[in-house]
Amino acid sequence: MNEEVKLLKGNEAIALAAIRYGADGYFGYPITPQSEILETLEAEMPWETTGMVVLQAESEVAAINMVYGGASCGKAVMTSSSSPGVSLKQEGISFIAASELPALVVNVMRGGPGLGTIHPSQADYFQATKGGGHGDYHLIVLAPKTVQEMADFVYLGFDLAFKYRTPAMILADGIVGQMMEKVVLPPARPRRTKEQIAEQCPWAITGKPASRKQNIITSLELDTAVMEENNNRFQRTYRLIEQNEQRCEEYLTEDAEYLFVAFGSMARICQKVIDDMREQGIKVGLVRPITLWPFPTEAINRVSQRVKGMLVVELNAGQMIEDVKLASQCRVPTYHFGRLGGIVPNLGEISDAFFNFFPDAKK
Amino acid sequence: MNINDIIKPENLVYAKPRLLKDNHMHYCPGCSHGVVHKLVAEVLEEMGMEEKAIGVAPVGCAVFAYNYVDIDWIEAAHGRAPAIATAVKRLNPENLVFTYQGDGDLAAIGTCETIHAANRGENIAIIFINNGIYGMTGGQMAPTTLEGMKTSTTPYGRRVDLNGHPLAIAPLLAQLDGTCYITRQAVHTPIAVRKAKAAIRQAFENSMNGLGTSMVEIVSTCNSGWKMTPAQSNAWMEENMFKKYPLGDIKNTVK
Amino acid sequence: MAKILGAVTINQERCKGCDLCVVACPKDVLLLQPKEVNNRGYHFAFMKNPDDCIGCAACATVCPDGCIEVYRVKVPD
Repeated sequence: MNEEVKLLKGNEAIALAAIRYGADGYFGYPITPQSEILETLEAEMPWETTGMVVLQAESEVAAINMVYGGASCGKAVMTSSSSPGVSLKQEGISFIAASELPALVVNVMRGGPGLGTIHPSQADYFQATKGGGHGDYHLIVLAPKTVQEMADFVYLGFDLAFKYRTPAMILADGIVGQMMEKVVLPPARPRRTKEQIAEQCPWAITGKPASRKQNIITSLELDTAVMEENNNRFQRTYRLIEQNEQRCEEYLTEDAEYLFVAFGSMARICQKVIDDMREQGIKVGLVRPITLWPFPTEAINRVSQRVKGMLVVELNAGQMIEDVKLASQCRVPTYHFGRLGGIVPNLGEISDAFFNFFPDAKK
Repeated sequence: MNINDIIKPENLVYAKPRLLKDNHMHYCPGCSHGVVHKLVAEVLEEMGMEEKAIGVAPVGCAVFAYNYVDIDWIEAAHGRAPAIATAVKRLNPENLVFTYQGDGDLAAIGTCETIHAANRGENIAIIFINNGIYGMTGGQMAPTTLEGMKTSTTPYGRRVDLNGHPLAIAPLLAQLDGTCYITRQAVHTPIAVRKAKAAIRQAFENSMNGLGTSMVEIVSTCNSGWKMTPAQSNAWMEENMFKKYPLGDIKNTVK
Repeated sequence: MAKILGAVTINQERCKGCDLCVVACPKDVLLLQPKEVNNRGYHFAFMKNPDDCIGCAACATVCPDGCIEVYRVKVPD
């Protein structure tokens, strides 16, 4: 299959991209606002074309453990959910990280805490970037702002997960999941063969041939010295990821005097705010983290040295702002603006907030 | 005839299966787990499936099953083995996939995964060790603990008004259309061991023949948790456990 | 008529002295060492009455630790 142009919802793009990537399995459970991922996959019936397994599990807990099982076999497997469901998956995600397995988890965020709301949110930033489950671990976290990126990040997420043998997450918000846009679906890749898996993933559970020792996927280790070394190995991987994989998009930062920092759907809205303010002669720019972990510390640090202040716009009560302050070492005034409860701020609210924090910018 | 004339390779009639590793097992003396591990190893060897077998180990005493049976293993989170086995089997239909779970793992925290995997008729075999107690964590009440049975969390003996009733999993699974073979066995006598072995073999064969989910429940002892000698435990099991958990096939659609 | 003679070997270091083989033996062949222990401190099993062994493998079948190997020969009377 060559690339193909389509008009799709973000959730649909994820599903179609997964089939095209050559994913081996998807295991999910319905929850708003991401159910179209499972629905689209079931409608496409990829088991009849690529051989991809699609299964509606009995719970989010079961779904993530199916992913753990599939990943243990060196298969490209994924799940998706939304905030409360992703909370349920945390135990499994911790096991996958601790067992050094590649997997892709999609979180199309809705407002919380608790059952919260089905409306969009970015309030799972802490959960996604700081571990989420128990123990010292990280996920590679990708934050799409377009339907195109929903599709592209399926490829990128799987590729990074396999490169570093660690789970990756697409942290989308309900807006990106539900909105429709033109998308160019990437060219299809064949699913990996058994032989390729055995070669590329010598650790994979395949059934033990006489030619090798048994493979064991476990996160259990009672020898404290070995357990510490396991943890040190995880940390070395994380440092490597931090060195190699920081990604962000800079918009008009060259001459910016003030900087917006926003991810996902909020970055789109901030871009429009910036365009309007530039027309008024106010030099503002945007850094949009694409990887929320590893956080694009280098870019934030660099740009922060040239600006007078920063406004972090998030659909939460102020989460990414902590990483922005750390990256910039708090060298300039840095403020947060966000709406909660599933409300998406409009352009005027954001520019009002900006001028409220930075009244000197008008001069 | 001198004993040394009898002990010759050509006269060997029974030995530890090759798949059972030489590692010293961490189980308490007399623990049923050791016998069941041995049976799993024997059956896989006899079926010639050692290169195709994938085991999913539980959280509980059998957490280290992978140290003893020389096949590929995945160590599950507590109770999640059937979900893991579901994905492994669906993604690798040519493999023999089984879970090995205790009563806390399968019948308490993992009830949901167990019932739904069985209801979908996943082509997996479930080996269920039911000794009515949480062995590894120090002898707490399990869902299968008998009424009146003393455990570290029911020191007064399990009371149904406080702790509910002992849970019989096998008849529950037998009701589900996805299961093809549900049986209850034990390993306390040579005859029982041979029957249990035949049951495990049938469950493994069913999974490879795509007939649905099979479960072999092994009513077992936990002499440390029960605070008895292994021999006393066997007698107590026959007298008490078998009343609530009688042995035999509960469902067999294959015959 | 042929007579059946049996014998067992017991991996003394692997044995945990659980006594289940002793109970299972129909011929009262086995016993736990009353005093001697192995490296882990267990009173391991041994053949107390080797002449009575019929090589039925009952002991090895119930042994949880796979310690017992069984040998059997048929000899003419």
